Amino acid sequence: MSVSVPAASGPHEVEASDVHEQRALGFWLYLMGDAVIFALLFMTYAIMVGNTAAGPTGKALFNLNNTISETALLLISSTTFGFASIASREGDRRSVLGWLLITFILGAGFVTLEIREFTGLIARGAGPDRSGFLSAFFTLVGTHGTHVSVGLIWILILGGQVIAKGLTVSVASRLYRLGLFWHFLDIAWVGIFSVVYLPGLL
Amino acid sequence: MESNARRSSYVLGFVLAVGLTAIPFAVVAKHYMSPANSLIVIAITAVLQVLVHLRFFLHLRLTTTPRENLLAIAFTAVLLFLMLGGSFWIMFDLDRRMAL
Repeated sequence: MSVSVPAASGPHEVEASDVHEQRALGFWLYLMGDAVIFALLFMTYAIMVGNTAAGPTGKALFNLNNTISETALLLISSTTFGFASIASREGDRRSVLGWLLITFILGAGFVTLEIREFTGLIARGAGPDRSGFLSAFFTLVGTHGTHVSVGLIWILILGGQVIAKGLTVSVASRLYRLGLFWHFLDIAWVGIFSVVYLPGLL
Repeated sequence: MESNARRSSYVLGFVLAVGLTAIPFAVVAKHYMSPANSLIVIAITAVLQVLVHLRFFLHLRLTTTPRENLLAIAFTAVLLFLMLGGSFWIMFDLDRRMAL
């Protein structure tokens, strides 16, 4: 295979790109593990959804408009992150930072809505301790919200690296992996509104 | 891929995702059909939307994506089939027997 390596790139650069490809695969394997965790939480929810212990059901608790807003924020943020990835490939540092900032604001809006929903439920006595259904609901949706929150911190850290180090090969490859993570979380959210909120409101 | 092609890929993915989100939300909000039929619509649009995300946001392709990544996702699918299918089978069977 070494025949196809252009003369301009020394052995060091080839090694570096190999490392980043391996890390992309490693991160992909982590995401698959995360997908298993989410799928098992979805399964737990589907089994527990009827066990309301004479407490409130999803129909009484869920708010369709809130779910629409959360869905819109996350979907738009996934697209704006895509634009950050494009800017990163073009080496356009200012655009990367701008799109990352927009993505961060949208993601923070999502987490704010979710925290408001959770505190509202707990204030109405529908906390995770109320029934098996609510335990499973808070575990599943809360795990997703925690992932998004970690993604927000990660966006801040990488934004700082783009400012401090510029779009070096390492920083760009980290941005790529953060993008995989962020898009993955949007897929998990599609599962959440399709399994939790919409059937609950039928 | 050119930047413009990538940009239109994200925009197309976004438009498709908006459509596949709007359909199930409208079905639930407006009660167009029976709950059972609504569930079928929700399930179909969810699967389609996940495929749209994989294709247009994660750029998963059967031809260009490295084989290791495709193997990993296929292996995950087998695992999920066993774990989810097995658990549902056991739990719902148990539920039915307990109700007897």
